[in-house]
Amino acid sequence: MASEAVGSNFQKRVIPWRTIARVALVVFFVLFLAVPLFNILVQMVTNPQLLLRQLLIGLTNGAYIALIALGYTLVYGIVELINFAHGEVYMIGAFFSLTLVGLFSLSDETPYATRIPLMLLILVLTMLATALLNAAIERFAYRRLRNAPRLAPLISAIGVSFVLQNVGLLWGYLRFPAFNGVMGSNAVAPKSYPQLIPNDNLLAPLEGVFGEAFRLRFTTKDLVVIVVSATLLIALYTFVQRTKIGKAMRATAQDRDASALMGIDVNRTITLAFLLGGALAGAAGMLVGMYNGTVVYTLGFTAGLRSFTAAVLGGIGNILGAMLGGLLIGLISALSDQYISTEWTNAVVFGILVIILVLRPNGLLGEDVQQKA
Amino acid sequence: MTNAPVLELKNVHTYYGNIHALKGVSLTVGKGEVVTLIGSNGAGKSTTLRTISGLLKPRQGEVLLEGERIDQVPAHKIVERGVLQSPEGRRIFPRLTVKDNLLMGAFTRSDKAEIEQDLERVYGLFPRLKERVAQRGGTLSGGEQQMLAIGRAMMGRPRVLLLDEPSMGLAPVLVEQIFNIIREINSQGITILLVEQNALMALGVANRGYVLQTGQIVLSDDAKALAANEMVQKAYLGIE
Repeated sequence: MASEAVGSNFQKRVIPWRTIARVALVVFFVLFLAVPLFNILVQMVTNPQLLLRQLLIGLTNGAYIALIALGYTLVYGIVELINFAHGEVYMIGAFFSLTLVGLFSLSDETPYATRIPLMLLILVLTMLATALLNAAIERFAYRRLRNAPRLAPLISAIGVSFVLQNVGLLWGYLRFPAFNGVMGSNAVAPKSYPQLIPNDNLLAPLEGVFGEAFRLRFTTKDLVVIVVSATLLIALYTFVQRTKIGKAMRATAQDRDASALMGIDVNRTITLAFLLGGALAGAAGMLVGMYNGTVVYTLGFTAGLRSFTAAVLGGIGNILGAMLGGLLIGLISALSDQYISTEWTNAVVFGILVIILVLRPNGLLGEDVQQKA
Repeated sequence: MTNAPVLELKNVHTYYGNIHALKGVSLTVGKGEVVTLIGSNGAGKSTTLRTISGLLKPRQGEVLLEGERIDQVPAHKIVERGVLQSPEGRRIFPRLTVKDNLLMGAFTRSDKAEIEQDLERVYGLFPRLKERVAQRGGTLSGGEQQMLAIGRAMMGRPRVLLLDEPSMGLAPVLVEQIFNIIREINSQGITILLVEQNALMALGVANRGYVLQTGQIVLSDDAKALAANEMVQKAYLGIE
């Protein structure tokens, strides 16, 4: 008792470590970052066109990052597992869609009347395939480990990720005549995706108004990526918020046993989360393949890392958070590419992630999730 | 109450891993009855309810609902058959609204018009919930959460309602209120199996009772007789 009283008296006079750490952080910022940040700000203000161009690029990248991030967040929300194989599912989606493009012999010369419906069909088939793939991964690699210590399914996820990367590598080697040459000649090399959406600048008419110095670009490709992503994001959000099954999904994420006591089939709900996440990853795979014009088996790793970061940034388990996080990561990367340097972009992105997590450990929109009993 | 029991446990043994939690529990609940299961912490009361609901599978013994075995049926299918539980610690969905919480209770049903009616019925039982329909479950007070948990179970049109410690952590006034509601629910013809540490209140509403001690039924009798039993008085009612 006595020593306790002395301790509390003593503490009153000492500045807590937390405060010291915060002050140190601020000092660090001022000293090391204020000058370059100010410099960047000046550049942004003096050349708003360049800023706008980067923001448009960021928007497009953010859209597909959000699609993949949702897969991480949906799954984490329900089974508290970081599905490390998710980036790979996205990569397989890109390969799958490219293969279908070859099977249907689509190219930039196919007339739009047949090209557009076929592309939509490919999108749907790809989403279906990756949805099933993701659900199958859950069934075979995670379900048995659901009550095992947390590390076990995590390791299993990393294992699945390696397996899928090698499937991608093998896929790049499949040179069936029916694929119409889409897989190229070398398993490891990036495969080229035909230019199915024109790369024309929709803002070109503005050049007449602003003259030579006009630097804004927003192509049909950008538009397609944003429209398709936004449609899928809104559809998913509406599904989860409004429908009975969507609500059951949220209920299962909040309390699995209580959901079972409501008559919700927990296994089926978990499968549904994997199906939805997989479908969105497949759509992202096809969109990015078309947008960048290449597909390579290592595609999933970097995209996966960024999307996972986006999900954590927004608050993992939170659907709106994943969308916001994706958008922010896209914008930050695009700005960093321009104003700092592409080599530094990953450092900038993860640096910002660290800062946000220090200040808000549950992410931007994350709530204090009570520990489950 | 001499007709065939709605719910029957025959020599049920349930384990948590290697821990032998229920050591041959047998009990019956007749149609329209309130039966209470009393016992101290760790006696196996909640385990019994979790076994009935299918969250735990017994290693040995049978659970019968109207004569049919349900002990190997998955939990969500048991709900479809009309066994609903308001679990220990309420376990409401903190980030769903009060209304969505209630609708989750009706998850297995698709009769929209009747679900609407039942919502009104639950609001009738718990007017407080009606005032808070759009609020998130996690923002309710403990008593309101308990009402929500019972109301949610009612939304599944239970044939048997399992209540796990509905009075836990509540102020005496609220405990009184909750027990009145249990009486009212029972008067609507719903069979209730009530697990309680508050033996005095539980024996007050119940027709019959069982006393559970370290995973075994040690006593069973009429509620009145149990309340008069010397051992029960000593151990659970605090009467010397």
